[in-house]
Amino acid sequence: MAAVAMTVNGKAVTGDVDPRTLLVQFVREHLRLTGTHVGCDTSQCGACLVHVDGKAIKSCTVFAWQLEGANVTTIEGIADPSGKLHPMQEAFRDNHGLQCGYCTPGMIMSAIDMVNRKGNDLDDHTIRQELDGNICRCTGYHNIVKAVAAGAKAMKGSSAPAQAAE
Amino acid sequence: MYAFTYHRPTTVRQAVGLLGKNEEAKLLAGGHSLIPVMKQRLAGPPVLIDLSKVEGLTGVEVGARSVTIGAMMTHSAVARSVELQQAIPALAGVPGSIGDPAVRARGTIGGSLANNDPNADYPAAVLGLGATIITSKRKIAADEYFQGMFTTALEADEIITKIQFPIPKKAAYQKFKHPASGFALVGVFVSKRGDDIRVAVTGAGANGVFRVTAFEEALRKRFAAKSIEGMTVPADGLNSDIHASAEYRAHLIAVLARRALADAN
Ligand SMILES: Cc1cc2nc3c(=O)[nH]c(=O)nc-3n(C[C@H](O)[C@H](O)[C@H](O)COP(=O)(O)OP(=O)(O)OC[C@H]3O[C@@H](n4cnc5c(N)ncnc54)[C@H](O)[C@@H]3O)c2cc1C
Ligand code: FES
Ligand code: FES
Repeated sequence: MAAVAMTVNGKAVTGDVDPRTLLVQFVREHLRLTGTHVGCDTSQCGACLVHVDGKAIKSCTVFAWQLEGANVTTIEGIADPSGKLHPMQEAFRDNHGLQCGYCTPGMIMSAIDMVNRKGNDLDDHTIRQELDGNICRCTGYHNIVKAVAAGAKAMKGSSAPAQAAE
Repeated sequence: MYAFTYHRPTTVRQAVGLLGKNEEAKLLAGGHSLIPVMKQRLAGPPVLIDLSKVEGLTGVEVGARSVTIGAMMTHSAVARSVELQQAIPALAGVPGSIGDPAVRARGTIGGSLANNDPNADYPAAVLGLGATIITSKRKIAADEYFQGMFTTALEADEIITKIQFPIPKKAAYQKFKHPASGFALVGVFVSKRGDDIRVAVTGAGANGVFRVTAFEEALRKRFAAKSIEGMTVPADGLNSDIHASAEYRAHLIAVLARRALADAN
């Protein structure tokens, strides 16, 4: 078995799991945080994106034990504790950036990471390039791109943290 | 996935010792090649040795004549290095073209070179710059290192610690991206450093990355796209698959080589 100890959405968590347990399995099945999705399980679709120490990574392509001591943020960790949505979530709602919603948690974690790396003024070309690792089977991406651009702008004026509070 | 046990050594020496104990043990770097093949049960190492806590495998050091990059440097960390962008901009551009941002946040240069995927980008840069692979036991010249698809000169208990790239006078990389995977359908890295002229091709060769000596000869007179105008590469021995025929790949090699030369000048 593998001892796992990390911080998830600001809370210290531990577990004793089979070494094969991927981060996404740990988060979904052990912590019961099911907002993080598995779309492909082959490292291609980005539905499983979470932030680890401030960077978006594919939680289906890392073992939970590799992240000992890491600070993990999932989609559940980005809204304000009061329940107010993160500006990027709000932007997806306002711009109809989702249909079935399966890809959305990954899209939002990817979009916030994009803002962290590239700033608040994102043109369409940059957004499309940077969403290379996020696949959506429904929307045709157009409204996702609009949502990311609007969310990025909204994050500028907001106090919403780029990552979950410690 | 087959079951395994794991170790988290903190020194290269410990990691080498652990590798020596079990012939089937495998190193784990960014996991972005190894974990997918473990899931498919194409690899089933009984022991994983995680390199993430091992000291001394990161950093970019720029010297007067060369740049040395630690094996555990992620693609995004290498792409971000301002010193590298100044010293060898053509090399700094390579990791930024790999996969997508989340792949770049985990995948490492050492992992990519140890894996030697026939469509990977770094092998073209390493062969195209005449770099040296520094391991836990020796230094291996790029020309000796790559030995065919997914095959390298590395021994079972050998760990890549650093890669040393000589600083060229001119260099450039051009890649024709596979639109879905992001891998190079074909990629061509060209460089010139004194008499050493290199044209290295990834994505096309049935035996992985290779040099186009006919182009290199033609470039000796003048390192410019014009020098290889009209020249072609034989399609014989190139990969042919659902993505591209050998003839198409041969055509791309000449086109991308000319574009790279135009870029490098
Ligand atoms: C969706 C996706 C898209 C990708 N697109 C591209 C692309 O466009 N271009 C491209 O080039 N690559 C691409 N890759 C591959 C990616 O770059 C991998 O990260 C890389 O090939 C392997 O590096 P890693 O650190 O993840 O290695 P790992 O998967 O951890 O290891 C790979 C192999 O190398 C060995 N190894 C690792 N480190 C060392 C070391 N220091 N010494 C000796 N052996 C070692 C391991 O034992 C293993 O056999 C893509 C991957 C994915 C999942
Ligand atoms: S489930 Fe992880 S990338 Fe698709
Ligand atoms: S909204 Fe259905 S997959 Fe994107």
